[in-house]
Amino acid sequence: MSIFLNEKSVVIVQGMTGAEGTKHTKRMLASGTKVVGGVTPGKGGQSVDIDGHILPVFNTVSEAMSATGANTSVVFVPPKFAKAAVIDAIDAAMPLVVVITEGIPVHDSASFYAHAVTKGTTRIIGPNCPGLISPGQSNVGIIPADITGSGPIGLVSKSGTLTYQMMYELRDIGFSTAVGIGGDPVIGTTHIDCLRAFQDDPETKAIVMIGEIGGDAEERAAAFISEYVTKPVVGYVAGFTAPEGKTMGHAGAIVSGSSGTAQAKKDALEAAGVKVGKTPSESAQLMRAILGR
Amino acid sequence: MDLFEYQARDLFEKHGVPVLAAAIATTPQQAHDAAAKIGGKVVVKAQVKVGGRGKAGGVKVAADAAEAQEKASAILGMDIKGHTVRTVMIAQAAPIDSEYYLAILLDRSNRTFLVMASVSGGMDIEEVAHTAPEKLAKIPVDANIGITAQKAKEIVAAAAFPADVAPQVEAVLLTLWKVFQSEDATLVEVNPLVKTVDGKIIALDGKVTLDDNAGFRHPDHEALIDHAATNALEAAAKEKDLNYVKLDGQVGIIGNGAGLVMSTLDVVAYAGEKFGGVRPANFLDIGGGASAQVMADGLSIILGDSDVKSVFVNVFGGITACDAVANGIVQALELLGAKATKPIVVRLDGNNVIEGRAILKAAAHPLIEQVDTMDGAANRAAELAAK
Repeated sequence: MSIFLNEKSVVIVQGMTGAEGTKHTKRMLASGTKVVGGVTPGKGGQSVDIDGHILPVFNTVSEAMSATGANTSVVFVPPKFAKAAVIDAIDAAMPLVVVITEGIPVHDSASFYAHAVTKGTTRIIGPNCPGLISPGQSNVGIIPADITGSGPIGLVSKSGTLTYQMMYELRDIGFSTAVGIGGDPVIGTTHIDCLRAFQDDPETKAIVMIGEIGGDAEERAAAFISEYVTKPVVGYVAGFTAPEGKTMGHAGAIVSGSSGTAQAKKDALEAAGVKVGKTPSESAQLMRAILGR
Repeated sequence: MDLFEYQARDLFEKHGVPVLAAAIATTPQQAHDAAAKIGGKVVVKAQVKVGGRGKAGGVKVAADAAEAQEKASAILGMDIKGHTVRTVMIAQAAPIDSEYYLAILLDRSNRTFLVMASVSGGMDIEEVAHTAPEKLAKIPVDANIGITAQKAKEIVAAAAFPADVAPQVEAVLLTLWKVFQSEDATLVEVNPLVKTVDGKIIALDGKVTLDDNAGFRHPDHEALIDHAATNALEAAAKEKDLNYVKLDGQVGIIGNGAGLVMSTLDVVAYAGEKFGGVRPANFLDIGGGASAQVMADGLSIILGDSDVKSVFVNVFGGITACDAVANGIVQALELLGAKATKPIVVRLDGNNVIEGRAILKAAAHPLIEQVDTMDGAANRAAELAAK
């Protein structure tokens, strides 16, 4: 088992004909993901040959869904056009929309998130995220597929490279699903959504949760863990040395006044019984101790 | 990007939010002329992006132009909590009857927009929120609907604005929403919003934060950047499209991915505790690509920082393979030549790590030292910086 993504996931790529879209469509296909087509407004009716896979291009998500039966979309559309692309997917009632694009204005993200909530038929992951992987089943986004295989750990993280790092540290054990939820101020799927899904997934035995400075998502996740999660959770928080008022790479990674600090997040997680490592390696060791590996 | 008060005021005026006549000055003479033009009593206000300037003596009332010049002379150059006052705003003075508070902001927790309103304005609103939360109305605003006339009425009622000012406050809310939405702001705050003795509602002081990601649809926002306050290294990095933040330590950091770089800073500071409190000198995320040119650009920025005693390059090969990164480092050092003078600890892991480490080993560059783990490499970089 896994969360959000499995061997039945049928994927279309919004922005497949762009450089990033093409590059990552290749990688997704190579890792066994069922990519069945793409969407680029104005290029409908064309087809693209990606490493011998002839993939049709559609003008809209709705056309792509009727023609291919896709149930997942991944968005590589540049920031300027990303909102229209995501709204198109929501209007087509696409069940899962993974938004990789970095640099989307937060008014646009807030708008498509509100639209998705109103419609109630789409889960958005991202934006500004690496996507998600259920090793051996499907890989949607830009996470390298060859780091590790399937196993009992569920991972949720705001950061892409820390996701890869943690998967690598625990590569001999493996993961049910690793979800990069993204580093923007407004994201479609939160730590809490993933924690709930991992708790409910029988194959996931333990959870790694990676957070970083900014907002209060980790504190809220800690409260959720206290009331709902019975599986062991190991945490890691990045940004202890970040100065106040400076954006650290991710648009959402900023300490404002006294709120959003790494220390507050670590304290909240530990109060909820989560073991929090000082470094990614230490967190990996804590997970090993829990699983007896 | 946080704006200065005068920049916020100008955006308010552009969108029809009621403000007082004002002008900026960077010299006492300009302050004199501005005050003379406005006429009558004025307020001279330090322009700094930090709270508490009134208490620090950065806001003074002046009876006429001569006094405005005198006050400006005292305020210009003043240091307020580490911020040097380079500009003052000369604003018309207003006889105040009551002070209120209004703000529209991005509510990250609820992933929507939020209006905060209070008839107890003028003071620190965080203090009000803490000590008397019932005096601060919080009303969510749907991103796709915004503040409508009906929503404005709802907000005014929730915050219990007096009936005589209600229609004016509702009108201000509609114009503030225009500022918030059409300028891609993440914060628009008016504190205080005042009622003058003759019953007019005016935005007396404002704070605006703009979304840097929305720059592509606001070419005019470029002019709002405060270049004087930008660190020279940060400016140089920005020119090369590098994501760099100057910090106050001794270990220069280069990594790929914002989360991994933040983590690297922490691990270095943690390791540095053993070496007399060595700390990271910067945040620098070179992104997924990590080509030779990007690596050279990054290294040259970091080696140009005189605080840096050692460098830690921490790369996890995800999409980019470690051999490509290793080649990038070697070529970067060739490009830099004699400009590269500080020890560089490299930790490579992930995709094609064996090939990557072999390339660095074969290059045998005297400045490069490889350590296999992130924690071990941080330790070594901290040790070298402490020497």
